[in-house]
Amino acid sequence: MITRRTLIAASGGLLVAGCDKLDSSPAFRRTLRLGEKLSFRAQRLISDRAALAPEFRPEQRSPIFRANGTRLPAGEAYAAHAANGFADWRLVIDGLVARPLSMSMAAIRSMPHRSQITRHDCVEGWSAIGKWTGVPLKLLLDHAGVRPAARYAVFLCADGFGATPYYESIDLIDALHPQTILAWALNDALLPIPNGAPLRLRVERMLGYKHAKYLERIELVDRLDGLAGGRGGYWEDKSDYEWYAGI
Amino acid sequence: MQPPPTASAGFLVYRHRLVTRLWHWINAVTVFVMLMSGLMIFNAHPRLYWGQYGANFDTPWLEIGSTADTGYLSIGNVAIPTTGVLGYWTSKDGDIQHWAFPGWATIPSGYSLSSARRWHLSFAWILALGIIGYWTASLVNGHIRRDLLPKPDELAPRHIWHDIKSHARLRFPTGTAALRYNILQKIAYVGVLFGLLPIIILTGLTMSPAMDAAWPWLLQLFGGRASARSIHFIAAMLILAFILVHLLMVLLAGPFNEIRSMITGRYRVPLDRES
Repeated sequence: MITRRTLIAASGGLLVAGCDKLDSSPAFRRTLRLGEKLSFRAQRLISDRAALAPEFRPEQRSPIFRANGTRLPAGEAYAAHAANGFADWRLVIDGLVARPLSMSMAAIRSMPHRSQITRHDCVEGWSAIGKWTGVPLKLLLDHAGVRPAARYAVFLCADGFGATPYYESIDLIDALHPQTILAWALNDALLPIPNGAPLRLRVERMLGYKHAKYLERIELVDRLDGLAGGRGGYWEDKSDYEWYAGI
Repeated sequence: MQPPPTASAGFLVYRHRLVTRLWHWINAVTVFVMLMSGLMIFNAHPRLYWGQYGANFDTPWLEIGSTADTGYLSIGNVAIPTTGVLGYWTSKDGDIQHWAFPGWATIPSGYSLSSARRWHLSFAWILALGIIGYWTASLVNGHIRRDLLPKPDELAPRHIWHDIKSHARLRFPTGTAALRYNILQKIAYVGVLFGLLPIIILTGLTMSPAMDAAWPWLLQLFGGRASARSIHFIAAMLILAFILVHLLMVLLAGPFNEIRSMITGRYRVPLDRES
């Protein structure tokens, strides 16, 4: 017998089944992704390029700062660097730059630095507040001399999920933002391994998965479709997350 | 929905404008997509906090969790067993799942945060542009002032109490009185239109790190990102409660007439009860 209850349950089920079916169509996913483009344009339209993410007072920090994603990169190479206090770690900046760089951690830590107490927002919904210290990415990019053709900075990392090393990318508006730093300290201590030692990106107007950890190389490029799956980042390629992670 | 002078019991009258009907049906779809994809997003971190931040080491005020063979909802110090529905449930394929909200309540039905975010953040545009359009149209055509805002005498406690009593007895207005929204309806509609919907949109924006940089007052308004997320969830549950009561009222008041009036705009004036 068809009761009202089964009818409601059935229509609910149909709605879910319908959405699941739509979701499996690449054309429909592309259409839905218009929302991402709209959010990207709208947020860029209403915010100043240099609009700062809120900064907090020291006592507003999370008692324990949650680490997420890779907590310890696999492999002997990283273990050797960690045992050695990252004394031999190098950061390479290349691609569309006038003067490719390869810098030691000592050289990076001796550069002018910025400290900021900011909130880290995970795409999952949790947030944690911590104090980050590091060199503004703009200083390094100015040293390297970004060529006019460059539009994106690609971050290549030492941590991998299986065989694929982590990678992410941001455009130059975010790369040159005053709060975009390569952090080497968290809460006044050298960056712990679970949080990305020895060097990680902070790009404060973006969700957590953009903040690449265990940085080895930054490559300046003019387009992203040549990078791995073509969508500009590890989670973007693997699980269809949005490249624009401002919301 | 101004009743024409000739409106009397038994006659069809033009009740809902096109703008109202259009917005109603767009929302009927949009709000369900928002609610169900929102529950999937909640599944990614099924804990709510107050304040600027909140993560696994912090104390949530609400959590949906599971043990090896039970599911629970805990609010403050109270844990409510929810085995079979929340935190511990069986999927269509017969697998035990530990996600907070079950597959029949979420979009998509299987765990995918990225897909749920795509649904949620795209339909959010439809919801937000829809409400802005509806506000503007209803302000211009007088719907808000004439039909939705309570008149001073309707807000008298005696009048409200009278309406609560007749609702409780399921005695709905008849004749031309049925063409005006009663005070409880007005309070519910105004509360959703000018309370819950703006709150849910603004708290949604507060969770966006780029919006917090562009509009830092959002964080001050809601007391932080974790608070905004909590308020967003509470507002969503209140909208769900509104929808359930709304559907119940439509069923009790005569679903055919009510649904027709929201499709064609025409409503048959209910006959007076014999008393």
